[in-house]
Amino acid sequence: MELQTTSTLLTWMIFTPIIGVGVILLYSAVSYLAGSKASDDFSRVIALVASAAPLVMGIKLWMDFDGATDQVQFVHHFVWIRSFNIEYFVGADGISVSMIILTVLISLIALVASMPWFGKVDDHHFSQKSPRGYLVLFLLLEAGMLGVFCALDFFLFYVFWEVMLLPMYFLIGIWGGPRKEYAAIKFFLYTLAGSVLMLLAMIAIYYNSQPTTLVDGTLVDHTFNLLKLQLENNFWTAAPVLGFRFAPLVWVMLFIGFAIKIPMFPFHTWLPDAHVEAPTPISVILAGVLLKMGTYGILRINFALLPEATKWAALGMAVFGVINIVYGAFVAMAQKDLKKLVAYSSISHMGFCLLGMAALTPQGISGAMFQMWSHGLVSPMLFLLVGVVYDRAHHRDIEGFGGLAQVVPEYTGITGLAFMASLGLPGLVGFVGEFTVFLGALQTFRVLTIISATGIIITAAYYLWTMQRMYLGKLNDKYSSLPDMFWRERFTLYPLAVMIIVFGFYPMPIFDLINTSLHQLVRSIIGA
Amino acid sequence: MQAVQANLDSLKYFCAEFSLVLGILAIILIDRLSQPERRKSLAAAVSLVTLGMALVAILWPRDGGALPLFNGMLAFDPFASFFKLFFVGVTGITVVFALNSSEIAERRVGEFHILLLSLTLGLFLLSSSRNLLMIYVAIEMVSLASYVLVGYKRRDRRSGEAALKYVVYGGAASGVMIYGMSLLYGLFGSLDLGAINQAWQQMVASGSVPKPALVVSIFFILAGLGYKIASVPFHMWCPDAYEGAPTPVTAFLSVGPKAAGFAVMIRFFYTIFVSAESLENGPNALVILGDLPWPAIIGIISVATMTLGNFSALNQTNVKRLLAYSSIAHAGYLLMGFTVVSMDGLRSVMLYLVIYLFMNLGAFLVVMAVRETTGGEEIDDFKGLGSRAPFAAIAMAIFLFSLTGLPPLAGFIGKFYIFAAVLQHGGYFYYLLALIGVINSAISLYYYARIARAMFLDQSPTTERLAVGRLTNGMLSLLALPILALGIYWEPLRTAVVDSLVLLTG
Repeated sequence: MELQTTSTLLTWMIFTPIIGVGVILLYSAVSYLAGSKASDDFSRVIALVASAAPLVMGIKLWMDFDGATDQVQFVHHFVWIRSFNIEYFVGADGISVSMIILTVLISLIALVASMPWFGKVDDHHFSQKSPRGYLVLFLLLEAGMLGVFCALDFFLFYVFWEVMLLPMYFLIGIWGGPRKEYAAIKFFLYTLAGSVLMLLAMIAIYYNSQPTTLVDGTLVDHTFNLLKLQLENNFWTAAPVLGFRFAPLVWVMLFIGFAIKIPMFPFHTWLPDAHVEAPTPISVILAGVLLKMGTYGILRINFALLPEATKWAALGMAVFGVINIVYGAFVAMAQKDLKKLVAYSSISHMGFCLLGMAALTPQGISGAMFQMWSHGLVSPMLFLLVGVVYDRAHHRDIEGFGGLAQVVPEYTGITGLAFMASLGLPGLVGFVGEFTVFLGALQTFRVLTIISATGIIITAAYYLWTMQRMYLGKLNDKYSSLPDMFWRERFTLYPLAVMIIVFGFYPMPIFDLINTSLHQLVRSIIGA
Repeated sequence: MQAVQANLDSLKYFCAEFSLVLGILAIILIDRLSQPERRKSLAAAVSLVTLGMALVAILWPRDGGALPLFNGMLAFDPFASFFKLFFVGVTGITVVFALNSSEIAERRVGEFHILLLSLTLGLFLLSSSRNLLMIYVAIEMVSLASYVLVGYKRRDRRSGEAALKYVVYGGAASGVMIYGMSLLYGLFGSLDLGAINQAWQQMVASGSVPKPALVVSIFFILAGLGYKIASVPFHMWCPDAYEGAPTPVTAFLSVGPKAAGFAVMIRFFYTIFVSAESLENGPNALVILGDLPWPAIIGIISVATMTLGNFSALNQTNVKRLLAYSSIAHAGYLLMGFTVVSMDGLRSVMLYLVIYLFMNLGAFLVVMAVRETTGGEEIDDFKGLGSRAPFAAIAMAIFLFSLTGLPPLAGFIGKFYIFAAVLQHGGYFYYLLALIGVINSAISLYYYARIARAMFLDQSPTTERLAVGRLTNGMLSLLALPILALGIYWEPLRTAVVDSLVLLTG
C-alpha cells in the first residue's frame, strides 16, 4: 500500500523557517547593495513571523489530527533521488504530532527570549551581537528539528538530524559564555560520532530490506521508507555482521547515536558544558526539544524497525535509565552553578523516559512520551528562569544569593512553581509523567523501579535546598535593588506556567494524541 | 601500412589534446610579443580560450563509444572523457585563481600558463593511456611540469625546498614503478593492458600463476600510482610541496593529479585483473580474475592513508599544510571506494572526485584570498574572518563542512555513496573498513572545525575589513553553489557518472 500525498501542511511547516532565512538574507543583501544599514529589529520581526507561522500550523495540525486511528496522516510523499530509492516522505502519527507541537511552541518561546525588547539588556547581552546571523541560524535549527519529527524516510530523517548540528555549533560557539569554544566543539564531536554510527546502521538496514515499490509504483530492491521497513521486513533473521547478530548490532549502533542526544550516561558529559555556555534561548531549545530527538529516534527507529532486538535490549536500557535518574540527581545536588544544576536535573529526568520505554508496557511508553512533554515544558522554563537571574546578577552561583524572595517576589513565585513541577509535585505536569512511568515500569522491573524512585527524593532535596539557599534566608545586600520580571520574560514564562498547571490537572489531550499510535507500536513489540 | 592508417584515423579523436598544444604554442608567442603589463590577463585569456576549445572537442557528439587510439596506446572512451572534462574544469578554475595571486610573478606569467597547460595535457594522456609505457610517459610528463610549478617562486627558499623534495620523491617513486612495469612485461610479454589481461586470463585458466613476482610488481607499480594520489606510505612529499608551492598550484595539484592518479589506477587494475566481460556489461559486483590480494592491499593502504592523514592534520597550524593532510585523508576515503571492486564502488569514486573538486579548490581559494589580504596562511590569520570578510568566511565554512561530510552539503553525498558501496559488498574486511572510515570522518571534524572556530568564534586582533576582490567572491560563489545544490539534488551528476563509467576493454 502506498501512502499518497494528502497534505502539504508539514512541508510548509518545515520550510517556513527556511523562507524566513531567505527573507532575512535577501533583506540584508538588498540593504548592503543600497548602501544602507540593515535594521536588526526588522529582521527580528521577520524571524518572529517565520517562527510563529509554524505554531499556527501546529495548532491546525492538532485540530485536524484524527487521534482514533494509528495511520500516518498529513502525508507528503514523492520520489526524491530515484537512483538510490530515496523519497521525500513526511507525515505524522500521534507521536510525531505531539513532538511537533512541542517544537513549534518552544521555538517561538526561545525566539521571544532572544529579543532585547520589553526589558533592560546591557551591551554585552548575547542579543546585541550580530543578531541577523543568530536569527538565521536559529531558524535553520528550527527547520531541522521539525524535519526530524516529520520525516518518514530514513535518509531524509538522517539529513534533518545532521542539519541541526551546524547551527547549534555556531549558536553555542559564537553567542555562548566564557568557555563557549570548548563546549561547542564538544557538543559537535559527540553528536557527530553518534550519527556516523547511525549512518552505517542506516545503510546496513537499507541493504537488508526486502524488495518493494516506491510511491509511484516503481519496483525497487531496497527502501529507506520507515513504514515499509517496519511492516514488510524482519531484520531479526538477517545475516550476521562481523560475527554479531545483525539486529542487536544495528540496534546498538542506532541506540548509541540516539543515546548521545538524550543524553544517556556515559555519553552525557557534553550536556552540562553545552548548557552552561549556551545563551539562554539555546539552552531552552537544547533541553526542550533537542534531547527529545534522542528518545523520539529510539521510538521511531529502534522500537519500530527492530522489535525483537528491543526486547533483547530492554533490561540494559532500563539499567542505564536508572543510572541516569539516580546519578543525574546526585550530581545535580553537588552543583554550585544554578544552570549546571538544571542541566544535570535534565539528565536525571530523561532517565525516566528511558526507563519507561524499556518497560515495554503501554503505560510505560505512554509515560515516557508524556515525560518528554512535561520535561519539554518544565526544563525550558527552568533555563529561562536561570537566564532571568543571570541577566541581572551576571553570575549563577547558588551560594552568592540569598533572600531573593524579599526583592523579587514574582520571580520567586514562578521559580517555585517550576521547581515543584520539576520535582514531581502532584497536580503539576512532572508528576503525571513520572507516575505513569513508575506504573508501567513496576510491572516489568520491580527492583529497578524502586531504586529509581529514590531519584525523586534526591530531586526534591536539591530543589528545596536550592530554593532555601537562593530565595529564602538573609538577603544578600548586593542584590537589594534587583528589578523584578520584565514583560519579555513574562511573555516567555507565563504560557509555560499555565500549561504546566493545565496539563498537570488534565493530561488527557496529550494522552489522546499519542495513545493510539503508541499502542500499535507496543503491540508490534510484544507480539514480536 | 595498416598501423599508419590507424594512427591517422586516430587523429580526429585527438582534437582536445591538439587544442592544448596549440594554446601552449600561442602563449609562448604572445609572451614574447606582448607588453609586460598586459601579459597576465592576455595569457589567462588565451589559456581559457584553449580550455574552451578542448571542452568543445571533448563534448563534440561522436558515435562509437569506446575506441582504441594510436594502435592501442590510448583509449577513447567515456571514462577518459569524463576525466578530461574534470581536468578542463580544474585548470580553468586555477587559471582564474592565478589572476588574483601575487605569488604568480607578472614577468614570468607566460611560463606559469605554459606549464599549467602542459600539465593538463599530461593529465589528459594519463587518464586515457592503456599501455604501460604510455602510462609511464604520461606520469613523467605530469610530474616534470609539477616539479617546476612547485618551485615557481624562485627566491622563496621554501618553494625551492618543496620542489626538491618533490623531485627526489618523484624520481624514486617512478623508478620503482618502472621496475614493476618491467616485471609485468617479463611475465606477460606485452605492454598493452588489454593484452596483459588476456595473458593473465590464460594464466589463471591454466593454473600456472607466478604469484610472488606479480605481487611484487603490483607493489612496485603502486609506489608510482600511490605517489600521484598521495597515499601512505608515499605521501611524505605532499605537505611540504603543498606548503611551499604557490597557492594556485597547490590547489591544482591537490585535485588534478590526484584525480588522474585514480583514473589511471582504475584503468590499470580493472583492465588487467577484472574480467573484461563483467566490466563491459556485467552485474554490479565485478568478477576478479585469479586470487591476487590487490583489493586487500589497497584496502589496508586506504585505512593507513585516511588514519594518518587525519591524525597528522589535527595539530597543524598552517592551513595549507592542514589541507594537505586533509587531502591525504580524502585519498584514503576514495581508495575505500576503489577496493570494493564493483561498479557502484567506482561510481562512488568518480562522484566523490567531482564533489571534491569544488570543495577543495574552494578551500584553497579562500586560503589564497586570506594570504593576499593578511599576508599569512596560519590558522591565526583566519581569526575574525567572519566579521572581516563575511562572505569568504561563510564560503570557507561551507567548503570545510562539506569536506567533513555533513548533510545537506555535497561532501556528505560523496561519502554516503562510498560507504554504501563498501557496506553493500559486505564481509568482515569491508565492514571494518567502513567502521574505520566513519570514525575517521568524525575525527576530521575536529581540525576542520578549528578553522571554523578561528573564523567565527575567536576574537580577532583587528576588526578592519579585508578587501577581498569581486573576482574572488564571484569564484567563491561559483564553487560554493554546486556544493549546496548537489547536496540537495544530485541525481543529474549521478546519472552523468553512471553514463561515464564505460572503460575500453579487450
